[in-house]
Amino acid sequence: MGYFAKSPWVMHYDGSSCNGCDIEVLACLMPKYDIERFGIINTGNPKHADVFLITGSVNTQNIEVIKNLYNQMGDPKVVVAIGACACTGHFFAECYNTLGGVDKVIPVDAYVPGCAARPETIIDAVVAGLGILEAKGKNRVKK
Amino acid sequence: MITIICWVIGFLIFAPIVGGLIAGSDRIITARLQRRVGPPILQPFYDVFKLWGKDNLVVNRFHVDYVACFLIFTVLSGALFFGGANLLLAIFALIVAGVFLVLGAYSTNSPYVLIGAERELLQMMAAEPMLLLTPVGLWMATGSFNVYEIACSATPPIFYVPGVFIGLVYVLTIKIRKSPFDLSTSHHAHQELVKGLTTEFAGPSLALFEIAHWYETIFLLAVVFLFFGNHWIWGIIITAIIYLLEIFIDNLNARIKWELMIVSAWVVTLICGVGNLFVLYFIHM
Repeated sequence: MGYFAKSPWVMHYDGSSCNGCDIEVLACLMPKYDIERFGIINTGNPKHADVFLITGSVNTQNIEVIKNLYNQMGDPKVVVAIGACACTGHFFAECYNTLGGVDKVIPVDAYVPGCAARPETIIDAVVAGLGILEAKGKNRVKK
Repeated sequence: MITIICWVIGFLIFAPIVGGLIAGSDRIITARLQRRVGPPILQPFYDVFKLWGKDNLVVNRFHVDYVACFLIFTVLSGALFFGGANLLLAIFALIVAGVFLVLGAYSTNSPYVLIGAERELLQMMAAEPMLLLTPVGLWMATGSFNVYEIACSATPPIFYVPGVFIGLVYVLTIKIRKSPFDLSTSHHAHQELVKGLTTEFAGPSLALFEIAHWYETIFLLAVVFLFFGNHWIWGIIITAIIYLLEIFIDNLNARIKWELMIVSAWVVTLICGVGNLFVLYFIHM
């Protein structure tokens, strides 16, 4: 029995989101949805985080930041792309400075559709990510 | 001798269990105060087990060693206390533990950690005069530095040194790093410090820090308990109330600046701690 699924600490990064999805992510932490029920803590520190939540598309400015944050996280880790922009780039996909969805830069484990993504869907995606986290924890070689 | 060994072993085994449960109930009470449901009571244990399974991202050779020393000396201070040894020695061991934590933080290059380490030093500066006056107060009340003899005193020392007790409760918030004195490690995310002192501790080294924090909490609460001598039922009740008060204070206050922390802690130490000792001295004369 692993403990990764019981205590997933999330880190939230706003790529180039309009803040719609960010507010929904933070809404998950508020009394109505209260994801701390599942042991989820919002850390803000990549070294402590297990789940990387990204909102907004990847552009030429934030690509390095996303890579850096991802590399600073210790294994096992999962990435959840939240909102249509983070999944595909949405209507910014064709912009000259936009590279597209988050999966263009780092491997994404769960996608949350919607503009903005609903808190229920975000919780569903994080819970789906926990299964992947648990599997990754079992199958990895400890450094 | 056998009883001493039993107490020490009991402390080593039960302190992290009780400390973890206290941390868990702390999180539930905090959540309820914010109209949330909160995590299960065993959540701190899940966190530590998870951290144990993560990668240990160390930034240099000595990083984890310093955290291990922090744990060892915290455990030592508690073991000295529960073994009934000299209270001064136990307090000194706790101070050494704090120094190792700061050294561990200073061994990294992260700016957040360095600010956290400096603030931890300020917190030590604010809290330690009172922490050192506590054994002196207990000595003036009972005539002994020995934890066993203080714990056996028929008249609770709090009747002689209520000021020292109040001072200790004041610096307790600083020592267990709760708001408004959580300067060195922010308890919640999205703050200017990221996670302050613990930012660079990842995986197992953060787990060591958490376990050491449980031991530390139990030790400090035990010092509070000591003020009630052999009236242990009252001791447990008042200690529980004090910790509940800490949770309320944690939830009611925003973080304050370090100047106010040091000045207020020293003023409380001077008025309640030293003032109490003076009064006691003149009464004894």
